[in-house]
Amino acid sequence: MSSVSHGAGGAGEPTRGGVRGARVTARGWGWRHAGRRRPAVSQLDLDVAPGERVLLLGASGAGKSTLLAGLAGVLGGDDEGDEAGDLLVDGREPADQRGRVGLVLQDPDSQVVLARVGDDVAFGCENLGVPRDEIWRRVGHALDAVGLDLPLAAATSELSGGQKQRLALAGALAMRPGLLLLDEPTAALDPEGVVEVRDAVARVVAATEATLVVVEHRVSVWLPVVDRVVVLDAGGGVLADGRPDDVLRAERDRLVDAGVWVPGAAPPAPARSRTTGDRLMTAMGLGVGRRGARGRAVAAGIDLTVTEGRALAVTGTNGSGKSTLALTVAGLLAPVAGALEATPSFADGAGASPIRWKPRQLLTRVGTVFQDPEHQFLTATVRRELAVGPEALGGSPTEVASRVDHLLDRLRLDHLAGANPFTLSGGEKRRLSVATVLASRPSLLVLDEPTFGQDARTWRELVALLAELLDEGRAVVAVTHDAEFVDALADGVLDLSAHARRVDATGTPR
Amino acid sequence: MSVLTPVVATGAVGRVNPVAKLLAAVVLAVALLLSIDWVSAGTALLLEALLLPFAGLSARQLLARTAPLWVAAPTSVVAIALYGRDGGAAVVEWGLVTVTEGSLALAGAIGLRIVAVGVPGIVLFATTDPTDLADGLGQVLRLPARFVLGGLAGLRLVGLFMDDWRQLALARRARGVADSGGPVGALRRFGQQAFSLLVLSVRRGSKLATAMEAKGFGTDTPRTWARPSTFGLRDGVLVALGVVIAGAAVTAAVLAGTWEFVLA
Repeated sequence: MSSVSHGAGGAGEPTRGGVRGARVTARGWGWRHAGRRRPAVSQLDLDVAPGERVLLLGASGAGKSTLLAGLAGVLGGDDEGDEAGDLLVDGREPADQRGRVGLVLQDPDSQVVLARVGDDVAFGCENLGVPRDEIWRRVGHALDAVGLDLPLAAATSELSGGQKQRLALAGALAMRPGLLLLDEPTAALDPEGVVEVRDAVARVVAATEATLVVVEHRVSVWLPVVDRVVVLDAGGGVLADGRPDDVLRAERDRLVDAGVWVPGAAPPAPARSRTTGDRLMTAMGLGVGRRGARGRAVAAGIDLTVTEGRALAVTGTNGSGKSTLALTVAGLLAPVAGALEATPSFADGAGASPIRWKPRQLLTRVGTVFQDPEHQFLTATVRRELAVGPEALGGSPTEVASRVDHLLDRLRLDHLAGANPFTLSGGEKRRLSVATVLASRPSLLVLDEPTFGQDARTWRELVALLAELLDEGRAVVAVTHDAEFVDALADGVLDLSAHARRVDATGTPR
Repeated sequence: MSVLTPVVATGAVGRVNPVAKLLAAVVLAVALLLSIDWVSAGTALLLEALLLPFAGLSARQLLARTAPLWVAAPTSVVAIALYGRDGGAAVVEWGLVTVTEGSLALAGAIGLRIVAVGVPGIVLFATTDPTDLADGLGQVLRLPARFVLGGLAGLRLVGLFMDDWRQLALARRARGVADSGGPVGALRRFGQQAFSLLVLSVRRGSKLATAMEAKGFGTDTPRTWARPSTFGLRDGVLVALGVVIAGAAVTAAVLAGTWEFVLA
């Protein structure tokens, strides 16, 4: 921690770390994105004193990200939306004082600007016109502060998700911001990555006077770092504001409803009948690779069975080949080695090898929910998206319509039937991607990180839905990092860490 | 991604400013595209061959990087020999196909040209780091930083697009839409998948733009450069070499009487 000495402040203020915390003021502030009917944020009055550490909560769609974007000055001009009231940092427009505010976003891949670690951290300083010698001093300090012990020339493309997020944090720190904004910085990370980033933030805020505003669903992760919780109301304004313990106690029920992961409010495991049916698939000595049969194996020597009514959780460290195994079991990648065979009753005349099945044969047998829902959307509306599978199976228009209506209702998507899938929120996209798979009623569901980045409400709904499907006699194979998900659903756990073949010379898992 | 990854050049060429490499390659290319004859291209190729040992690439790296040329050049030679503008005595006549002295000369001239322009271009850029090139374009040529660095950041997304493309293909099979309609259907699905990739890339691009903007990119504040990019003697020498080879090629062709100005 002593390494986080940022040197003397620009104007020699006698503050720790040389950075003066910024003051945030909102007065009747609101923002409506262009083309939307309802404002994302409205009637917001908020004061954050210099040096305060705020956890910003609220239901999905309450405008948390919009507020952070506004504070960072990246909402854009009049053609991007309509602004009401005032939102000020140190009494001035955020867009007029770049560098005073640092922003870290959720997606690790979309924040890396340059190819080398040192250059990427230096990027913000360059834009601010910081002299060259000073830039490299700051780069060294910032990398120290976030605990990234890598050569300056290390390739940013080789970093893990947690390392990329710490890199983004270092890039923001090097600009010496008075206000640090973190927009779900750990939502897309595995458990180790979450702790890595949280600890880096904790070290950083302990060493500067910068004001911190962090948005995150997982409250328990951030409680040790913050001293104030603000809950935004989806209807406008602030729902609750105060010391973390007080707010969490007083607003517990409303927060749980809003999908916030309130500590101690872990959802109970759903009741299951746990009847076991026939075996569907068996793998022996299976080796899997990302390029299918032609490439090299990322994991090998895997034995597993998939059985009706049972859920198999596939766990393991990053890069151990979990997703690759899932795609192989789903009949999308050819095995590199060993055998993967469907039982005759499951294959139903289509042959024992799932990779040889025609796409339409695959539809009724295996449904795959991809990690990134956006990869699997094919059409321009939610309704048509759900009709893709049933139509490919040759259902009549009335059959298709009734199946689609049922799913829209079941997964609370009916009010979004005409919306473009890409414009949905994270939780809605996940529900839609699950619904599209259910539309063709497969016997086996393969899900890749179904609960990644989901709020507590979507999580509960997903777990309940999967429990119901298992009781109907379907089989589930789920790749997951989520220990609570495993506890709630899994009948068997396959830890792939032992099967992973690490051949990367740098030792970087991937 | 290997095509986009620069070879770490050990020789003198590795330390040359990328802007000098760009200028040298452009001078050569322009001079060789002004005429289509075999003397100018042959002269340039001969002089380039003398400099290749100093390029900082091993023979294997050289072959691997220039592989596309060894496919493109012979293909063009055969195609032009068979179907190029005929002239002079016929060498082979076979149905509609006539190979004449004229079409053979044209084929040779174009084949040599592809190699003479391609080899220096590929060799110089195989040893160039895109970041260094952007630094040079911004500091030496003073091109707008918004344009240079925007392009550089976009280049990094190319690797992500390749992953996205594979995922999209798998997802289409999983959604049951990957096998209908024969070749026409396949073409239509390719178009749809390309459109999906476009949608994804626009979304990724706009997120990256937000992250860059939050780091102060694109404001009116004068920018500093963390990595100096200077243009020195070594860089001047490389550009001069390019000019000398281009000049020698043109002079040789004019003296030999084969110079044929394409715009004339």
